[in-house]
Amino acid sequence: MISLPALPILIPFGTASLCLISLKRPRLQRLAAVLGAVAHLICALALLTATCRQGYLVLQAGDWPAPFGISLVADLFSSLMITLAAITGTAITFYALAGIDSGRESFGFYPFLHLLLMGVCGCFLAGDLFNLYVWFEVMLMASFILLALGGERGQLEGGVKYVILNLVASAFFLTALGILYGLVGTLNMADIARHLQTAEQSGLVSALAMLFLVAFGIKAALFPLFSWLPASYHTPPVAVSAVFAGLLTKVGVYALVRAFTLLFIRDISFTHELILVLAAMTMLTGVLGAVCQDGFRRILSFHIISQVGYMIMGLGIFTPLALAGTVFYIVHHIIVKTNLFLVSGVAHKLRSTEDLNRLGGFLSTAPFLSILFLIPALSLAGLPPLSGFWAKFFLIWASFEEKRYLIGALGLLVGALTLISMTKIWLKAFWGTVPAAHPERHAHQKKLPPGKTALFYLPMISLALLTLTIGLWPGLLFELAQQAASQLLDPNRYIQAVLGVTL
Amino acid sequence: MEILMALVVGGLYGTGVYLLLRPTPVKVIIGLAILTNAVNLLIFTAARLTRGHPPIVEETLGRPSYPIADPVPQALVLTAIVIAFGVLAFTLVLFRRAAETTEADNLDEMRTTDT
Repeated sequence: MISLPALPILIPFGTASLCLISLKRPRLQRLAAVLGAVAHLICALALLTATCRQGYLVLQAGDWPAPFGISLVADLFSSLMITLAAITGTAITFYALAGIDSGRESFGFYPFLHLLLMGVCGCFLAGDLFNLYVWFEVMLMASFILLALGGERGQLEGGVKYVILNLVASAFFLTALGILYGLVGTLNMADIARHLQTAEQSGLVSALAMLFLVAFGIKAALFPLFSWLPASYHTPPVAVSAVFAGLLTKVGVYALVRAFTLLFIRDISFTHELILVLAAMTMLTGVLGAVCQDGFRRILSFHIISQVGYMIMGLGIFTPLALAGTVFYIVHHIIVKTNLFLVSGVAHKLRSTEDLNRLGGFLSTAPFLSILFLIPALSLAGLPPLSGFWAKFFLIWASFEEKRYLIGALGLLVGALTLISMTKIWLKAFWGTVPAAHPERHAHQKKLPPGKTALFYLPMISLALLTLTIGLWPGLLFELAQQAASQLLDPNRYIQAVLGVTL
Repeated sequence: MEILMALVVGGLYGTGVYLLLRPTPVKVIIGLAILTNAVNLLIFTAARLTRGHPPIVEETLGRPSYPIADPVPQALVLTAIVIAFGVLAFTLVLFRRAAETTEADNLDEMRTTDT
């Protein structure tokens, strides 16, 4: 089907519209949100199988030929990302049925969640840089609203930082875009890539690469541009911060991967070395930042940063294996991170606090929750046989193969430090006894809202099973990742698929 | 003309960044507005300034000998203006609510969520 690439954008849009129409009727709204999320997931899987078979799916909007019209391009990498976005979206929709209060629901949580998904999928599909910018803004606007929805003090304070820094990133992006347009006279990514391949490698191209690196780096929370993330991600309700943690920074990573495998590939000794240095710093600062935190979600937020470092590390090494590792890592990370945030949400619901010093004893009061924490936590730290082990293994293997021992060793060290943080959460929140100062000592803990326990647990169990499946049978996903990486490393195929010309 | 535009754009960028770094919320918002306008002017300038030339040429005439105006940057700038307007409106409301809730008119005081 030729219009398949448009569906991951159209379905969330339709869902959001339906939710908006039924805003006053909560039941109908929830039904629309769930059905929309499931439909999104199905069409994402269809897109993934189609790209597996055909390599590239290109949709020229309105039938305008490539460099003039708007192209939607789905290659294996982007359809993998879309699938993950749909998985996250579905999990969050189910979780939100139980976890979001009726106030937020009636002020449009579901419509904006689906608009956010639309923006995210639009970013993954955009074949045109300006279009990418527009999708970024769609995504940002929805995320601004989700972040501020509810208007609690922490949300607003976090929101201020999030908004300002992301708008600065947009300004950087637009600046780079304008200069790039002045240089090559086109905005279609394939066409830009073709021009840049033959253009002389002037300082301007390198400057442009740096501008894009900063713009996408802010969104991906790279060192030293990440400060907005730990200031804001722990403030909104868990359903919101879980979807942010899973998807938003990864859109930045996706844009970085796209830009630095397609557009700026002629001066690798400069750009990709720099990316590697940034990756090392990002990994290290993220994990060290997490060590000194005491809030459940604050620790997890810092870990997002250090994990982004791993993903960028594969891009910096820039071999087929390393890029496959990056793709694998992103897949693993989105699933695991979303799951961890969801677990933290249930812990918060049970005890009304996130402070690790005031949690404790979940192993005796909620043993199933403890198992559900343990699986993604160990996966995040990279213990076999979970997905995180393979993700780290491929990346570090790739770095040793390229004789980049320093970054490989750093990856191992950061993995160990991650384990320390996860152990800390485990020790303080799950092991031990229920703190004496806790007012609900006699009642042990609150109960989850009746009839909703299944809705809380269903997404967590599904995501945990996904982690386990990837961990036990990594072959299939690794093969996909390798194919995606070989597509990424061969820009000519992308150009050919979009423009329909041979070089 | 380009040199003049370059100076204006540079000046606007400088002003925008300076205002962004101020602690007063209103100044930050004005800074954002100026920065987005600077970006728009930059796109406009970087895509070549032309004056008095048509953007559309008859297909039968072939490639004209005179320079033609490029309509794309204007479309880009227009889109960017619309987006920036929407985002700015949201930012204004957010800052107002934040200032009301925290009872602070200074961004340096809004750091309870920092780490």
